[in-house]
Amino acid sequence: MTDAAVAEVTVAEPREGGVREEERSLASDAWRALRGNPVFWVSAVLIAVFTLMAIWPSLFTNTDPREAILAESRSRPGDGTWFGRDIQGYDIYARCIYGARASILVGVMTTAMAVAIGGGIGMISGYLGGAWDATFSRIGDIFFSIPLLLGAIIFLSSLPEFFNDNYFLVIMKVVLALAFLGWPSLARLMRSSVIQVKPNDYVQAARALGASPSRIIRSHILPNSLAPLIVVATISLGGYIAVEATLSFLGIGLQPPAISWGIDISAAIVGLRTTPHMLFFPSLFLSLAVLGFILMGDAVRDALDPKTR
Amino acid sequence: MPEVILSAQDLVKHYPIRSGVLRRVAGQVKAVDGVSFDLHKGETLGIVGESGCGKSTLGRLLMRLEEPTSGKVIFGGEDWSGASGRKLRQMRRNIQIVFQDPYTSLNPRMTVGDIVGEPLEIHSDVVPKGGRRKRVQELLDLVGLNPEHINRYPHQFSGGQRQRIGIARGIALNPSVLVCDEPVSALDVSVQAQVVNLMEKLQDELGLAYVFIAHDLSVVRHISDRVGVMYLGRMAELGEEDEVYSRPTHPYTQALLSAVPVPDPTLRGKRDQIVLQGDVPSPANPPSGCRFHTRCWKAQEVCTTDEPELELRPDGLGAHLSRCHFAEPRLILETVDVSDLEPDTRFAGTEVQDMSDLGAGLGAAGGGEDLGSSAADAGVERSSALHPDTDQAPQDTTRLVDEQPGDDRPTR
Repeated sequence: MTDAAVAEVTVAEPREGGVREEERSLASDAWRALRGNPVFWVSAVLIAVFTLMAIWPSLFTNTDPREAILAESRSRPGDGTWFGRDIQGYDIYARCIYGARASILVGVMTTAMAVAIGGGIGMISGYLGGAWDATFSRIGDIFFSIPLLLGAIIFLSSLPEFFNDNYFLVIMKVVLALAFLGWPSLARLMRSSVIQVKPNDYVQAARALGASPSRIIRSHILPNSLAPLIVVATISLGGYIAVEATLSFLGIGLQPPAISWGIDISAAIVGLRTTPHMLFFPSLFLSLAVLGFILMGDAVRDALDPKTR
Repeated sequence: MPEVILSAQDLVKHYPIRSGVLRRVAGQVKAVDGVSFDLHKGETLGIVGESGCGKSTLGRLLMRLEEPTSGKVIFGGEDWSGASGRKLRQMRRNIQIVFQDPYTSLNPRMTVGDIVGEPLEIHSDVVPKGGRRKRVQELLDLVGLNPEHINRYPHQFSGGQRQRIGIARGIALNPSVLVCDEPVSALDVSVQAQVVNLMEKLQDELGLAYVFIAHDLSVVRHISDRVGVMYLGRMAELGEEDEVYSRPTHPYTQALLSAVPVPDPTLRGKRDQIVLQGDVPSPANPPSGCRFHTRCWKAQEVCTTDEPELELRPDGLGAHLSRCHFAEPRLILETVDVSDLEPDTRFAGTEVQDMSDLGAGLGAAGGGEDLGSSAADAGVERSSALHPDTDQAPQDTTRLVDEQPGDDRPTR
C-alpha cells in the first residue's frame, strides 16, 4: 500500500465521520430549496408585513379608521393625510391598514378549512378507494360544478341574520361560503397524490408489518403526499382574498361598519374619474396581498416539486 | 426432515376483469391458480418462472397482502388465511417480506433508524422502549451496515445498502419465514452476490426459512434447497435443487434451464438450447389441459384435454414432483453448482463490507490511524486503486457506488 493512499483516506475521514446528516423531512426539504430563492424572500416580506397589519394595525397608524371628517371629504393625498380621504371623510391610509385584518383572516381561515375538509376527504377516498372513493368523488364533482361566485352569492344571501351579529361571525360567514365551495379541488388533488403513494413498496411493507391504517396514513402516506396540497393551498389563499374583496364589493360579503378593501373599492366607484386615489390605494393593497401569496405558492411549488429541480 | 413451518394449500388468486358501464365481471385473470407447497424450518424454497407467471402474487398471498380467492396458508399448524385483527398482527411477526426494488421499499422521509425501528414500534411488546435504538443498531450491524448511520436517510445509501436496510426491517421481529420477492433483481451483479451471501449468513445465524422468488436461475440455484418452477399460475415442477437443475422432467423447466448462459466459451454452439415458440398465453384465458401445451414440443392430443397432476414422476435417479404427462429427464448443460467449492483466493471475494461503511468506521476510530485489521487494509488498497485521486471520484449526487471511499457527495 502506498502512503499516499493512506493519506488520502485519512484526509477524507474527518468530513465523513462528522455530523452531516442531511434532513429529509418535508419542511427542511422545502426550506433548503426556498432560502436561495429571491421570489420567496419578496413574498415572505409582503406576507409578513400584511400579517403584522392584520394583527397590530396600530403599529402602522394612530388614526381611527372610523373617524369621519366630512369637511375634508375627498381630500387628495398630501392634504394632511398620506393617502387622502374618501367620500365619508375617512383616512384612506388607516382604512387600508385596518382592512388587512379581514382579508388575511378570510384567506387564512378559508384555506385552513378547505385544506382540512378537502385533504381529509381526499385522503379517505384515495386510501379506501372503491365505493367510498366513488361517493366522495361524485359529491366533490357536484360542488365543483357550482361557479364559485354564484354559489357564494346564493350561500351568503341565504344565511340567517344571526351571522351579521358581530365582526367575527361576519367573517366566518364568508369563510364558510368559500370553504364550502373550495374544498373539492383540494380533495381531488389529495386523492390523486394518495393514490400515487399508496402502492409504493414501503406502504406495503408497513401493511405486512401489521401497521394500523392510522399509522400507515400518519407516517407513510401523509408525509409523501402533502406537498401538492400545500402548494395549491398557498396559491389559492391569494385567490380567496380576492374573492372576499369581490364579494364585499358586490355588497354581500363583509358589510360596513366592517372594514375591508373590497368595501372601500366599492365605495370609491363614485369618484372613479374625479378622485381616483380613493380607488387606487385599497386596490393596490389588495393586489399586493394577493400577489404575495401567489408568489409564495409559486416558490413553494418550485421547492417541493422534484421535477422542476 | 425438519418440521413444516409454512404450507400453502391450493392457493388461488383470481382478479376480476370488469367491463362496460355496469362494471360487470367479464372474466378472471388467473394469477395464481392452485399452488401448494410446504416450507420446512430453516430451508430455502426458490420459486422461479418468467414474468407474469404469478410468482410475486404468490409472495403477496403468503404475506396476506392480498386475500386469496380460495385456498389456505398454514403457518406453524395454524390457518393464517382466516386470521384477523389481533391474531393476524401476532402472526405477522413470524413472516416478513423483502421487496424487489430497494428504491421504493423505503420511505424517503424516514431515517434508517425509524424504518428499521418501525416493526419494533408496531409490535411494542417485543423490545421495551428504551432498548429499541440499541436493537436497531444491532440489526444494522447484523446486516453489515454501520450502526452509526442510524440517522441517515435512504437516499444517502446505495442500492445494495438499501436492500440491506430492507432486510434489517424484515428480520427485526425475529421472524421464522422471510418471503423475498426478487430481492436481488434490481441490483448490480457484484452487489447481488453480497446480498445473497448476507442472506445465507442470516439464515445460518437466525434459522430463517426463505421463500426466495426470483427469475435468475443461477441465483436461485445458489441459495435454494428446493426449487419450484411456476408457469401461468401453476407449479410446473417442484423438487430438491439438484433434482430440478440436474434432472428436470418438465419440458418448461428444461427450456428455462437451457437458456441459462454458460460461462464457458468451449461449449459455445455445443449446447442443446431449446427455443420455445410463441408467447406466454394470457392468464385471463389459459389453455385447456396442460397449460404449457401451446408451446411444448412434446404436446399430444391428451395434453390439450387432460390437465396433468403435480405428482411424483421418475427422473432417472429417483422421483420428484412434476406436472407433465410425458415427464422424462433430459440432460441440460448449465452452470455448475459452485456453492460447496473453496473460493479461489486469487480473486476478490464478496465478503468485504461495503466500502463506505468501512470508511465511516475508520473515521469514527479517529482518522483511521490504526488500520489493524487486514480487511481494512485490503479495503483501503482497493479504494485507492479504484480512485487514485479523489477529484476523479464520481461525484454522483444520488447514488453511492459501494466501492467508493466514503460517501463524500456534495450536499445540495
